[in-house]
Amino acid sequence: MSISEQTRAELVELAGRYPVARSALLPMLHLVQSEEGYVSPEGIAACAATLGLSTAEVAAVSSFYTMYKRRPAGKHHIGVCTNTMCALLGGDAVWQAVSERAGAGHDEVSPDGLFDMERIECQAACTHAPVMTVDWEFFDQTTPEQAVAVLDQLAAGAEVVSTRGPVVRGFRAAERTISGIDDDGLTDEGGHADELMLATLRAAAERGIGPADGSAAATSGGPAA
Amino acid sequence: MTLTPVLTAHWDEADCYTIDGYRRHGGYDQVAKGFQMGPDALIQLVKDSGLRGRGGAGFPTGMKWGFVPQGDGKAHYLVVNADESEPGACKDIPLMLANPHALIEGCILTSYAIRANWAFIYVRGEVPHVHRRLRAAVREAYAAGLLGTDIQGSGFDLDLVVHAGAGAYICGEETALLDSLEGRRGQPRLKPPFPAVAGLYASPTVVNNVETIANVPYIVRNGADWLTQWGTEKSPGFKLMSVSGHVRRPGVYEVALGTTMRQLLEYAGGMRHGGEPKFWLPGGSSVPMLTAEHLDLPLTYEDMAAAGTMLGTATPMVFDDTVSVVKAITRWLEFYKHESCGKCTPCREGTGWIAGTLGRFEAGQGTEAELGMLEELCAQIMGRSFCALGDAAATPFPAAFKHFRSEWLAGTHTPADQAFDPVAATVLAAGATR
Ligand SMILES: Cc1cc2nc3c(=O)[nH]c(=O)nc-3n(C[C@H](O)[C@H](O)[C@H](O)COP(=O)(O)O)c2cc1C
Ligand code: SF4
Ligand code: FES
Repeated sequence: MSISEQTRAELVELAGRYPVARSALLPMLHLVQSEEGYVSPEGIAACAATLGLSTAEVAAVSSFYTMYKRRPAGKHHIGVCTNTMCALLGGDAVWQAVSERAGAGHDEVSPDGLFDMERIECQAACTHAPVMTVDWEFFDQTTPEQAVAVLDQLAAGAEVVSTRGPVVRGFRAAERTISGIDDDGLTDEGGHADELMLATLRAAAERGIGPADGSAAATSGGPAA
Repeated sequence: MTLTPVLTAHWDEADCYTIDGYRRHGGYDQVAKGFQMGPDALIQLVKDSGLRGRGGAGFPTGMKWGFVPQGDGKAHYLVVNADESEPGACKDIPLMLANPHALIEGCILTSYAIRANWAFIYVRGEVPHVHRRLRAAVREAYAAGLLGTDIQGSGFDLDLVVHAGAGAYICGEETALLDSLEGRRGQPRLKPPFPAVAGLYASPTVVNNVETIANVPYIVRNGADWLTQWGTEKSPGFKLMSVSGHVRRPGVYEVALGTTMRQLLEYAGGMRHGGEPKFWLPGGSSVPMLTAEHLDLPLTYEDMAAAGTMLGTATPMVFDDTVSVVKAITRWLEFYKHESCGKCTPCREGTGWIAGTLGRFEAGQGTEAELGMLEELCAQIMGRSFCALGDAAATPFPAAFKHFRSEWLAGTHTPADQAFDPVAATVLAAGATR
């Protein structure tokens, strides 16, 4: 594959956002990954050309970070957190179930090319354990049955919506969002805060405690302590 | 001590993450106030408040800002650490999803105080929805004239860039983060020089955690005394504490520092099966574990240190007696082994050794001699590695061995999954309350 003119222009745009162009390298690698499905030799060359680096320098950076794939990715990235909290609360069982369903192990793509399977580390969502991610969107408090059902729905081409984010659109679209090149229009999806994020306000309401941020509304809302 | 809805105060409003929702409660009013005060007065205010960094080490924030040399003619930078990857920590990600503008207003005030015209928020790559919310909020702030050139006619310019990492826990370490932000492999730098003197592009740089910076607008609004009404002299203020594990209502609890784990458990509805935790970690996997006997200790930097552990990220993980300590610790060590950047020998080799040896105990194949060897290995790594990741990797085992010696001895003959039915620990198990 080759890098399109549009992508080359976008790489230049990303580089222009920083006082020193090389700072854009990680976002740039996300962007080539969104076009190529992995960090391809052409993608590395395009980044190197944009920044005036050697391809060896760019490849050395790329290989340090686990999010960059060294071979073409499956259509959907499936991550199951198997760090301690998630693993114990059910993540190990979730991983076993989805890995069997996909017919692929860690860092493997399912034979049909649909699922790129990865055991992932803590996703800053332990409150929501066990956690699965599809194209890096959260599927919180999942079970083996629910997780397998998500894969089934994806395989059937159905619309699948994250528990704290938008509809999943595939690995490459997610990588474009992460690169930050443009607005994907999905900011307002997924609700403002879920039940677990609202734990403070629920516990405070039960005890008659109002906002403590010192805003005007807080004063009328009641005392802080 | 009590619940303190400050950063979380309006998360129940559907537009809490938008500029309109933020402004409804006085958001961005502090920018003009800060410009009026001037940079030095802002630094003094944060010093007076006693605010300590929320990224784990608890370094005094105002003091850190004060280390930036002034009038040196160099560019200065603010870098916000939004890499949140410490196992157990889940506070910055919810904060950026629901209240990104508090972080942005904090960036404006902090950058002005330290005389920086560029600020960067380094967000771990794996959270596209956080990237969306933050980037949308930054666009709103630019459109409102709160970012860009000559902000509110003050003559102060600030550009704010939301940056994406790419999956490396070590990039949360501040100097590794700076190398990563320069487009390099994220490996720690030798300190000194500290970032305040030679940080991003070798220029004076303040690196602060998301929650630290999000505190700033509220301190500017309400004053230093307002912050010190909560907590203790050494640990003033409030804290986002994510409570995870075998509690009935896990979630993000914003409480005064000095709240006890027992109070937090009460807010969280208690343990799922009642009773007390078998063990818990006050702030991430990199701090020594505690047990039920420590439930009444105030969650402050000083009280946790006195108990032989650390407050760390103040994000407690709580486990009941269905959990094998051996299995839990082994899994964390596999994490450290995976995330070791490989730069120094004690950590690169040591994490592999510890993880491998622990794995034998999990399989019921350890030996008593290896227990002594593990203790010695951890002692050898502690203080001898290039950065704090190596120390973190040497931390979990010694406390777990001290508190649960018999379980490690059982690991010389019985696999962890036989001693503890793994299904019982899950929240999927029949009869689980949740
Ligand atoms: C291995 C490692 C990982 C770290 N990860 C984070 C992180 O994800 N977020 C963070 O704010 N600090 C992290 N830190 C601490 C930072 O090095 C630094 O102390 C912190 O960002 C300073 O901000 P503060 O003073 O506001 O706490 C980490 C440290 C180490 C050694
Ligand atoms: S202690 Fe570990 S993570 Fe830190 S520099 Fe050494 S090898 Fe890298
Ligand atoms: S352990 Fe899975 S999200 Fe933290």
